Amino acid sequence: MPDTRPDPDELLPLPPAAFHILMAVADEPRHGYAIIQEVAARTGGELRLSAGTHYRSIQRMLEQGLLLETRERPAPELDDERRRYDRITPFGAAVARAETRRLAHLVRLARQRGFAPGRA
Amino acid sequence: MRFYRLLLRLYPAAFRAEYGDDMQALFAEGRRAAAGRRAGLLALWIEAVADVLRNAVPAHWDILRQDLRYAARALASAPGFALTVVLVSGLGIGANTAVFTVLDAALLRPLPFDRADRLVKLWERLPGYGRLEASPANYRDWRNATTAFESIGAYRGLSVNMVGRGEPRQLDGAALTADVLPMLGVRPAIGRAFTPAEDQEGAAGTVLLSDGLWRTAFAADPAVLGTRVLLDGAPHVIIGVMPREFRFPGRDAALWTPMRFASADFEDRDDNFLHVIAKLEAGVTLARARDEMAVVARRLEREYPAANTNTGIAVTALRDGVSRQSRLLLFALAGAAACILLIACTNVANLLLARGLARRHELAVRSSLGAGRERLARQLLTESVLLAAIGGAAGLAAAALVLPALEQMVAMALPIAGEVSIDARMLSLAIGLTALTALGFGVVPSLRACSGTALTGLAESTRGGVGGSRERLRGALVVVEVAASIVLLIAAGLLIRALVRVQATDPGFRPDQVLTLRTSLTMPKYEATARRAAFYERVLSEIRRLPRVTGAAYTSFLPIAMGGGIWAVQVGERPQDRTQGHTASLRQVTPGYFATLGIPLRLGRDVSEEDTLERPFAAVVSESFARRYWPGENPLGRRFRIAFQERTVIGVAGDVRVRGLERTSEPQVYLPHRQVPDGGLVWYAPKDLVVRSAGDPAALLPDIRRIVREVDPEQPVSDVQLLSDIVASDTAPRRSQLRVLGVFAATALLLAGVGIHGLLAFTVSHRTPEIAVRMALGARTGDVVSMVVRDAVRMALTGVAIGGALGYAAAKGIQGLLAGVPAGDGWTFGAAAVLALAMALAGSVLPALRAARVDPTMVMRAGS
Repeated sequence: MPDTRPDPDELLPLPPAAFHILMAVADEPRHGYAIIQEVAARTGGELRLSAGTHYRSIQRMLEQGLLLETRERPAPELDDERRRYDRITPFGAAVARAETRRLAHLVRLARQRGFAPGRA
Repeated sequence: MRFYRLLLRLYPAAFRAEYGDDMQALFAEGRRAAAGRRAGLLALWIEAVADVLRNAVPAHWDILRQDLRYAARALASAPGFALTVVLVSGLGIGANTAVFTVLDAALLRPLPFDRADRLVKLWERLPGYGRLEASPANYRDWRNATTAFESIGAYRGLSVNMVGRGEPRQLDGAALTADVLPMLGVRPAIGRAFTPAEDQEGAAGTVLLSDGLWRTAFAADPAVLGTRVLLDGAPHVIIGVMPREFRFPGRDAALWTPMRFASADFEDRDDNFLHVIAKLEAGVTLARARDEMAVVARRLEREYPAANTNTGIAVTALRDGVSRQSRLLLFALAGAAACILLIACTNVANLLLARGLARRHELAVRSSLGAGRERLARQLLTESVLLAAIGGAAGLAAAALVLPALEQMVAMALPIAGEVSIDARMLSLAIGLTALTALGFGVVPSLRACSGTALTGLAESTRGGVGGSRERLRGALVVVEVAASIVLLIAAGLLIRALVRVQATDPGFRPDQVLTLRTSLTMPKYEATARRAAFYERVLSEIRRLPRVTGAAYTSFLPIAMGGGIWAVQVGERPQDRTQGHTASLRQVTPGYFATLGIPLRLGRDVSEEDTLERPFAAVVSESFARRYWPGENPLGRRFRIAFQERTVIGVAGDVRVRGLERTSEPQVYLPHRQVPDGGLVWYAPKDLVVRSAGDPAALLPDIRRIVREVDPEQPVSDVQLLSDIVASDTAPRRSQLRVLGVFAATALLLAGVGIHGLLAFTVSHRTPEIAVRMALGARTGDVVSMVVRDAVRMALTGVAIGGALGYAAAKGIQGLLAGVPAGDGWTFGAAAVLALAMALAGSVLPALRAARVDPTMVMRAGS
């Protein structure tokens, strides 16, 4: 785990899976299945993370300091003790913001070139 | 579910430990969602399998990358350790790669011919004589009698003067029957091969060029086909150029002509000059071919009792052209290289064990932070593999550097390219050795480092780790190193003794300050004896007039450079039977040959210019010849038959080691060069010039070349050599083998010393508190020093005992290389033991001094 946090921009562009996972845990810690469900729902079923892809992304993001495994757990009747919960770190939020900025800038540039959706 | 758990095993253990439960839960939820629907369940499984297959390898790669990064950091923080390990393992890998590459080229790799495994050579075999080339008559009868072979052909070595473009050249090559090239499956790169019609007497002369000759003498001109050249004065048309990699029968063959037999060639069955090569019929074994040829040999014995009594037929694989001695030498070197690798591995294992101990604290911290045992072992193994890989690369580079020096050990006589190059086989060998090395020195230390005791390092602080099984293991590794280096020292020592013994052998002549060169007189131009004699007389008298020249003469062949030229001898009424070893090495010489070479004339006189065909046939014989046939009698005036004539002994000369310093030679017979009828014994026509000088003999060369040119401008001069170099070349393979083995032995000794030093230094530093307590309790400095030195001597003595026994076994194995030095040579064993003890003492000096300087008060205070 790196001691000194690098510049968020160094991790850009973020892989789509990682970006989606960050969005899924933006407001509360979630476990793997919940994240996958959330991502699928958010994208209207377009992006379905497979288990392997999901957990490799989680592993990489933990190493990069974007996520942290958390001990906060929901009420026991809602919990499965085999599950692990991950939450976003401040650095993860900073990286997500930087990626949003990057994408927004990209979209702005594309619109200026006349690539706005809906126009022929 | 069990199947899914099994599937998850494809992921790295650490990944599984972290996410395995989660993934199973996820999969269970997917199953619940698809419950009851067959199609849904199937899709779930397909997706799960594809998902694991897609992600398992990247997951491993993620961890490997992490480990490599960590390993690189760890090694960079201990550069001395990393450098030592890389150098030591590189040495082991490099030595083995180089030696095995040479071994592969010389012994293992199939020859570059079609169905090379079915190619054999056929020889005549005589008791007490070994293998002998075949006579044309026997060759013809073998051809007609056998069914075991798909085809049989013959060739003979050729040495010709070529006059074509540029300077006249002296070239080696071979005369081949038309069957040989198709049998080898080789076609010319340009042009065509020989046709059977070209084998016939009287056919127009044709010649095939080697790629090398085509490039050097004909500037790689593709229009060379049809060009006429003179070979020994006879016109030959160039009909083709052979492929670059074609080397047959030996490495230096430059051209090939068709083999022609004259009907006279078939008359004498004792005229052995044909190399017979054959290809086994598909499905016929070597053993069956041998059985069949034995039957043929018995029949020929009955039909031609005079010449073929006791004559067998030997069938040998073409691949086995390497002599037993060079084979033994290569195996000895391979053994030595394996010893080096063993020593390197034990040394590195010891270094890693010590480092593992020193890193226990770090490992314990990582373990307490949640790194699993498997994860740590994997990390350590990655470090070893990384080290070994760098070492392997270093070794490969080292091997490439030393290969040219080892190439001399591949026999010239093999039909393969001289350059031994690094290829895929060598690379894979290096990779294999690297993996072996990494496992050899990586696994045990990493397993030990991760065993229970190591992980309790936090609680144990920095003490301990000495004593018990761990130190015994490290001590045993050092003993292995000492033993292996003793084996190498003994082998190298014995070979040094053998070399000294061989070099001390008297060749029978004085080789220093003699220049030799060859003027092979062209036939048929010089077929007339008088014409040759005129050439010799003019050249020699001019040379003798040069300043500082003290002698000059011509002979058929130089001793050692040429061992053949053997004739049957008949003395008195005894029947001439070469099978009983009544043979002599025959030479024609000009007067002054014995004086020029420094061969002592014991009795009678030298040959003279008056010994012509008008006078009785004369001969000078060697002492061993006289002793054999007229023991205790005066040999002068005695008569014997050799080379078609009865001759009278006019002189007795000292024995010469014609076949080299290490082989027994036939007795020698010298004939006056004028007592040969025109066109007779032309192969023996003197061609080698010897000139003795009171000054530097090499300085005479320009004048000698000028003189030869003035006498015959078309006559090339070749094979310029000092006689002393010819004698030295006889021991050259010995010296190069000794150099390699000597370097190996020195390296091994040094590594063993480093190993002893490393172990003792480590032990002393870890036993400092104990030493301090002893000193506080009254132990003197001398006691402490002797404690350390005793350890070193004990390990060295154990190593010497084991290594001595193994060394004796190894020496027995290489007895054939020892030139009569006994395998149990006391001096060698003693010297090896003394060297190993000296190395052990040297290795213990620094640790002992450090132990002696331990200050009890400082240590006790630090420990409290």
